[in-house]
Amino acid sequence: MSERINESANQQIGESANTQYAVRNTQYAVRNTQHAARSTQHAKPSIIGTSPQRIEGREKITGAAQYVDDLQFGQNLLHAKIKRSPLAHAKILKIDVSKAKALPGVRVVITGADYPGYTGLYLKDRTLFAMDRVRYVGDAVAAVAADSEEIAEQALDLIEVVYEELPPVFDPEFGASPEAPLLHPNLGDYECVPYILPQRGTNISNLFKVRKGDMEKGWAEADLILEHRYQVPHIQHVPLETHVCVAQQDVRGKITMWSASQSPFAQRNLVAKALGISHSQIRVITPHVGGGFGSKAGLSIEGTAVALAMQAKGRPVKLRMTREEEFYTTFVRQGLIAYIKMGMTKDGRITAVQNKFYWDGGASTEYGVNITRAAGYSGTGPYYVPNIHVDSLCVYTNHPISGPMRGFGMAEIHWAIEQHLDRMAHGLGLDPVQVRLKNCLKDGQETLTGMIMHPTGLSQCLEKAAAAIGWGKPAEPPSAPHKVRGKGIATMWKAPAMPPNPGSSAIVRLNEDATLNVSIGGVDLGQGALTAMAQIAAEGLGVRVEDVRVNTVDTDYSPYEWQTVASRLTWSMGNAVLQAAEAAKMQVLKTVAEAWSEDINDLDIIDGQVVSYKTEESMPLKDLVIYGAQRPDGTWIGGPVIGQGRFMPDYVTPLDPETGQGPRAVVHFTTGCQAVEVEVDTETGQVQVLKIVSAFDVGHAINPELVRSQMEGGAVQGMSTALLEGIIFDGKGVPRNANFTDYRIATAVDAPLETENIIVEVPQDDGPFGARGIGEHPMVPTGPAIANAVYHAAGVRIDTMPLTSEKVWAALHTA
Amino acid sequence: MNHTINFTVNGERYNISVPSHHTLLQVLREQLVLTGTKNGCEAGECGACAVLMNGEPVNSCMVLAPEADGAEIITIEGLMHDGQLDPLQDAFLAAGATQCGFCTPGILVNARALLDRNPDPTETEIREALVGNLCRCTGYIRIIEAIKMAARAGREVAQ
Repeated sequence: MSERINESANQQIGESANTQYAVRNTQYAVRNTQHAARSTQHAKPSIIGTSPQRIEGREKITGAAQYVDDLQFGQNLLHAKIKRSPLAHAKILKIDVSKAKALPGVRVVITGADYPGYTGLYLKDRTLFAMDRVRYVGDAVAAVAADSEEIAEQALDLIEVVYEELPPVFDPEFGASPEAPLLHPNLGDYECVPYILPQRGTNISNLFKVRKGDMEKGWAEADLILEHRYQVPHIQHVPLETHVCVAQQDVRGKITMWSASQSPFAQRNLVAKALGISHSQIRVITPHVGGGFGSKAGLSIEGTAVALAMQAKGRPVKLRMTREEEFYTTFVRQGLIAYIKMGMTKDGRITAVQNKFYWDGGASTEYGVNITRAAGYSGTGPYYVPNIHVDSLCVYTNHPISGPMRGFGMAEIHWAIEQHLDRMAHGLGLDPVQVRLKNCLKDGQETLTGMIMHPTGLSQCLEKAAAAIGWGKPAEPPSAPHKVRGKGIATMWKAPAMPPNPGSSAIVRLNEDATLNVSIGGVDLGQGALTAMAQIAAEGLGVRVEDVRVNTVDTDYSPYEWQTVASRLTWSMGNAVLQAAEAAKMQVLKTVAEAWSEDINDLDIIDGQVVSYKTEESMPLKDLVIYGAQRPDGTWIGGPVIGQGRFMPDYVTPLDPETGQGPRAVVHFTTGCQAVEVEVDTETGQVQVLKIVSAFDVGHAINPELVRSQMEGGAVQGMSTALLEGIIFDGKGVPRNANFTDYRIATAVDAPLETENIIVEVPQDDGPFGARGIGEHPMVPTGPAIANAVYHAAGVRIDTMPLTSEKVWAALHTA
Repeated sequence: MNHTINFTVNGERYNISVPSHHTLLQVLREQLVLTGTKNGCEAGECGACAVLMNGEPVNSCMVLAPEADGAEIITIEGLMHDGQLDPLQDAFLAAGATQCGFCTPGILVNARALLDRNPDPTETEIREALVGNLCRCTGYIRIIEAIKMAARAGREVAQ
């Protein structure tokens, strides 16, 4: 009896949580409906869903847009350089900086002894400089600030470091084994967030497990079981602007950083904590940023600029990465070895998945631990699977520090999952599109972590992409007799991978002429965030988008934003901006309602005019947004209009550390797919991508052209990484291709001949106007879609990225 | 050691002393503070520093400053005429051919040179002309489209 009561109580708790969720959904739905109703009723044209040009475009096409390296600091500027380790793993026996300090023009020389504190975003395993040992080729051991770059370079040569070599670890599978030397013997003592689980006494800095269903049952039900190993190398983000930070300390000790960053606020937070000083004593200014793709998230080189500036007697210090340094000393993407085992019935239903992901986290995994967590809770791909066993291991190696890159974890695991699914389909004689349609997550199904899948347009994306590539229809004849053509498809999902509670905020201020200044803390790296925010603010207030200015970030004046990562700005910051604009609108309408003695519900703002639907009176916004409105008795009401908004998800739940199960692992998933057509040259092995079709469910496109631009640019980046990229190390861990000649990225000649970018819109319940993010997703399925197309064309499978001509040729000639 | 060079940048004459080992890129960015020209690799591999030297596109990081003596240089800042955007600049805005914008100045300058020598390039010719300009954001498709648009606009004006 008592058991039954408990059961029913539990059920009630569950139901009440569900009901709350439903209520919240309904509230959003009501708000969206009201908005829609108002728009329809008064035929108010909407800026949402239109594609104004990017608001900072003119600066960018005239050379006027300023990036950190363009800012002028005068003759007083010091130039910084970092002394780096030539060895992958070694004890530091001695560092002697005396000769460097004595060189004329050298102003500051620092080493780890000066700044011993640990830092890190999720796991504090990183110091500014190597302390007792170096852990990768390129590890920082000292830094110099001098009157010129030349003098700083000379000073580096004068720093003497004596090392004693230690055995290195270059393979994450070996690194995870008990035989491997420990790279971070203090791992168990490092401070970390509660949802990261470092394994004391090993090189495994995070272990994420999913256990669901009954594996034996899953294998027993399968008609085909296949297991295979896949591999993804370290690659680099290659933003055209390398990392650069200028730091300066003023007479009151306050530090200003001009930083090419995706994360001005996270940098402020990490530097403040590392130095043990107040956040108000640090100011981060981020002008235009020349691409980031994750590499400029968190903190990498910037702490070094600050440390030097603190001893530079008030002079500004510039630290700018050379292209070679950018290739392996900021962040690289984690490498992956993936074992995928899958069971499927002969009619194409997935019965069980057992995956093991060994992540090559490099010398520090302060950020990387969360990549492996994200890979774990997304580890089946976007499919309903009843029986699941996933292990995702973050492993230290003596490779470069591996961190976030566009869609982190997802491009890597989908390379394996999506090729494997194709193998299964072909093994059973089934159509790869039909198999995906059958298994892909539908509304209300449980994800691998037990979360109920929200409404998603994944099936629509699959159907539309397949139709656009002409799936099932014969390809056009190849361009030469020794060439063959084929088509491939791959799906994806990705949730914003972040803490449960990252916040956004926004301030909207009106000027005398009713133009609008929107202050945000998120960064436009090229994705178009400034323009999307301008549209959301314009729509929320009722002004033209041309009348909206959106600032770049200065943490002293911009409101808080966690980081520009995870494709979260349109959704999260967009909510804050919309709320701020609506708050400003309410201030205006309340003022006018009182001044005109009208009901506020009869008032609106359209194209910068306050209008009354009842009396049909109107008044330009500019007449009242600063000075207020005049009451009939001649007195005034109102004042300068300023609106504020904020947003933070409040529903993400912890997951069970043993099973990975919990009601709400993430805020939402953006889903989609790509279909490609390729031509393979059987004489050279060269793969040419003829066409890429992208279809993604973005909830609601705020600016469709910017959305399509993300899809297109992401697809080509995905193609580039799939065909060309990978950092090559020699046997001692030295990168051999840290330049654009030896590490090729796609050029205009490599870009596909044709792209098609399809927007699917199944609204996000808590997104502004139903929007969710799209920045990262388009490069996730490209690699496996191409690999599947190569198989279709030429009958060969390449399991290790990249799909180079050599590999394809070799496979063709051994097949 | 220093050299004195006489050269023209965006129609303005300069007579300045430059360190002999400095590049044209350094002179433009550091001495003339024309920071529209970007430094992406300092190895002649990315094209972000492209400028026109006597009408030909060059990577300014590969030109020693003394080599610019007597030359006529056009940078991104010199692409506008009488306050009007070059048709290429208009087309880049309309086609959405810029994202982060860091490669954009070099690409615009190089594209200007292409259209000056070939007002009606084929798509293949456009792609080949851009092979020395790396872009990591756009995927090039919209850049190619913008150059086609500008070429069309240029031909219409010519007619």
